[in-house]
Amino acid sequence: MSQSYDRGTVEDFGRWREFSAGMWAWIFHKFTGWVLVGYLFTHIAVLSTSIGVDPASSAVAGQTDLYTTTLRGLEDLLIVRFLEVGLLAVAVFHILNGIRLLFVDLGLGLEVQDKSFYASLVLTGAIVVASIPTFLGGAI
Amino acid sequence: MSTLETTTETETEEVEQEREETPGDRRRELKRERAAERERRVEAELDDAENTRRLKVFRYDPEVEGKEEPRFDDFVVPYHKGMTILDALIYARDQYDSSLTFRHSCRQAVCGSDALFVNGRQRLGCKTQLGDLDDPIRIEPLPHQEVVKDLVVDMQHFYDQMHAVEPYFDPDDLPEGELAEQRQTPENREYVKMATRCIWCGACMSSCNIAAGDNEYLGPAAINKAYRFAMDEREGEDRKQERLRIIEQEHGVWRCQTQFSCTEVCPKDIPLTEHIQELKRESVKNNLKFW
Ligand code: SF4
Ligand code: FES
Repeated sequence: MSQSYDRGTVEDFGRWREFSAGMWAWIFHKFTGWVLVGYLFTHIAVLSTSIGVDPASSAVAGQTDLYTTTLRGLEDLLIVRFLEVGLLAVAVFHILNGIRLLFVDLGLGLEVQDKSFYASLVLTGAIVVASIPTFLGGAI
Repeated sequence: MSTLETTTETETEEVEQEREETPGDRRRELKRERAAERERRVEAELDDAENTRRLKVFRYDPEVEGKEEPRFDDFVVPYHKGMTILDALIYARDQYDSSLTFRHSCRQAVCGSDALFVNGRQRLGCKTQLGDLDDPIRIEPLPHQEVVKDLVVDMQHFYDQMHAVEPYFDPDDLPEGELAEQRQTPENREYVKMATRCIWCGACMSSCNIAAGDNEYLGPAAINKAYRFAMDEREGEDRKQERLRIIEQEHGVWRCQTQFSCTEVCPKDIPLTEHIQELKRESVKNNLKFW
């Protein structure tokens, strides 16, 4: 063999339309996993830097601590409320798919692996929709 | 003037007559006739056929100038009920382009040589009905394997992985007598039955994007081969331990991320993911110590 043709990664990704349930489950699981890791780090960064007394409010009566001011400030932002809904969606899907994978590992429900993936998606959707009044209540 | 012309014409005719006599000319003429004849037959067949199907076939030939760049060629083939992808390819090769290259042998889903990527999925050419697919039918070589020519991919890596699990028996004790059978219970046979069906087509490996990203991953077919022996009651204890050691290494069973792609494309319906998961559990059990 003198030469051969390697189709490369780009072409593989171009095939996304041909992916099936198991593949999408894998992609979503990885994606949500990374989002959660990213969120946790941001979470730690925000919380660990908002300790002590808020210098802006200390002069005023009540001495609001920095933690409360920071969180209130964040919660006032509509974008943060929306991001929270997104975070819930990501976490719920990751948990449900994780349970699904646990069953697969145990050899249970291998024939319905695609259906259980769709079920996880539907359930995630339902939970997220149900959470909207709580998360966005008062904001819009 | 006219005399001159006549003379020239006569001369040309004479020269032509002389040339026709050379063997090369005769061969070329014969070739042209055959091509025309084939053309007529194809036309007639295409007219006759109830309907026709269009194939879009991946072409690549690094050794021929002007064909090094991958491209797709269109072939229109007459469709008959029961026709397979392989039949269509053979028709295209025989009637249109004899350089169209693909592997096949048994034509009955046994040899595993004609796994192709048809309409976005790994399939055996001889097992896939043309009637089940939408036009145009896109035929490509197996993804994630290097293309040698047209639809032929380099299978060496796949074979290496298959051999890596040492796919042979090594029983603790042999039955007495040279010709005595080495018995297996019907239950155990039933247990490993599906795993024995692998025809080494490589479709599963090509569909697995973990295997595509990790060249050292054993891959579904090789793990299934290991399963076939590890779960066979006749396998010797030492050999089984050795086999588990191979499959539980870093690039063994733990690489499987349960995408189910292999199980979906396997033309022999082997529950590959199930077998891989079972070996994962087997390897955990093997390593569990309560001390
Ligand atoms: S396991 Fe199935 S898809 Fe994989 S090589 Fe064997 S027959 Fe082909
Ligand atoms: S030609 Fe043998 S499997 Fe298709």
